[in-house]
Amino acid sequence: MIRSEILKEIAPIIRDHLVVCNIGLPSQELHMIDDQPTNFYMLGTMGLSSSIGFGLALAQDKPVISIDGDGSVLTNLGTLPTIANNATGNYTLLIIDNGSYGSTGDQPTYAGMKTSLSAVATACGCENVIEVQDKDLGPVLQSAIDSDEMTIIVCKCDSGNIKLPVITMDPVVIRHRFMEAVKA
Amino acid sequence: MNIDKKIVDDLVANDVSFVTTVPCKQLAGVIEEVENRDEIFHIPSNKEDEGMGLCAGAFMGGKRPMIIMQNTALGVTLNTLATLTQFYRMPLPMLISYRGELREPVSCQVEMAVHTKALLAQLNIPTYHFHWQKDVEEFDNILKYTFMSNKPVAILTDANFWGGYGDQ
Repeated sequence: MIRSEILKEIAPIIRDHLVVCNIGLPSQELHMIDDQPTNFYMLGTMGLSSSIGFGLALAQDKPVISIDGDGSVLTNLGTLPTIANNATGNYTLLIIDNGSYGSTGDQPTYAGMKTSLSAVATACGCENVIEVQDKDLGPVLQSAIDSDEMTIIVCKCDSGNIKLPVITMDPVVIRHRFMEAVKA
Repeated sequence: MNIDKKIVDDLVANDVSFVTTVPCKQLAGVIEEVENRDEIFHIPSNKEDEGMGLCAGAFMGGKRPMIIMQNTALGVTLNTLATLTQFYRMPLPMLISYRGELREPVSCQVEMAVHTKALLAQLNIPTYHFHWQKDVEEFDNILKYTFMSNKPVAILTDANFWGGYGDQ
């Protein structure tokens, strides 16, 4: 499965939850598949999906899912010790690991070579790290959201992209709509 | 006057309850004061742009955030300030130790100090420079201004403000 197929499959699971979605194609795909006020689309700032989602999870009680990528986590590896040492049960980090920088033309990442992000997360002190194959993600994600413990999911999948338009929604509108959904 | 306590008193009075920090020798006292206050959730960051991401999330979760950092790291935060904090119009007070200014003992610190105000000006970030201890009296107003305007705002605090480096 490629990332867009995974997002289609998990859309019903994450629809009613606060989602912080990674820059580039992941946000564009989620926006096209199932646009919701509970989605915060990153239009820039590669690497910070996990940090933004984690700050949100610490600041309020609702479940938060950060959708991240292997390349983006490699950009901001310092996020994993911060998350591990300040764990909060309402937070799930979903790393869609296709071993490539998808938005920039599928250049390979080190996560598709020798580097294991699940081993890195574990070494950083994250206690519930699950590596899962794409087709098995749904139930794992559902139980992570339902659980009172923070979970890091590394979902291994194929690289590949679909053609789709950029998000033209104004960032302040995205942010305002999202904050209203957080408060609702 | 204990400026560490005064700064953190102002944070609490302005309902700033989520503070992320990357340490600096000058900031050790204020970071300790932040850590000791029940009203503030303190989360150390490994890098300043990561901290700004945490602050963006906390703001959207209903908290007033703040970052405490050193000016030498300003370069690694430029993209985040432009494409996250400013693009989405979020408030972020940045209490920054202004290394490389008067009374600085480490020459390399000067190399980023000479770019600090220029970079902040290039980003149109409102910038205040605390040089004398009495300058801290503006801090409360600066916090109010930051959350009124929904912008990142820089407070540069140099060695003279913190009382120098003792015997160094």
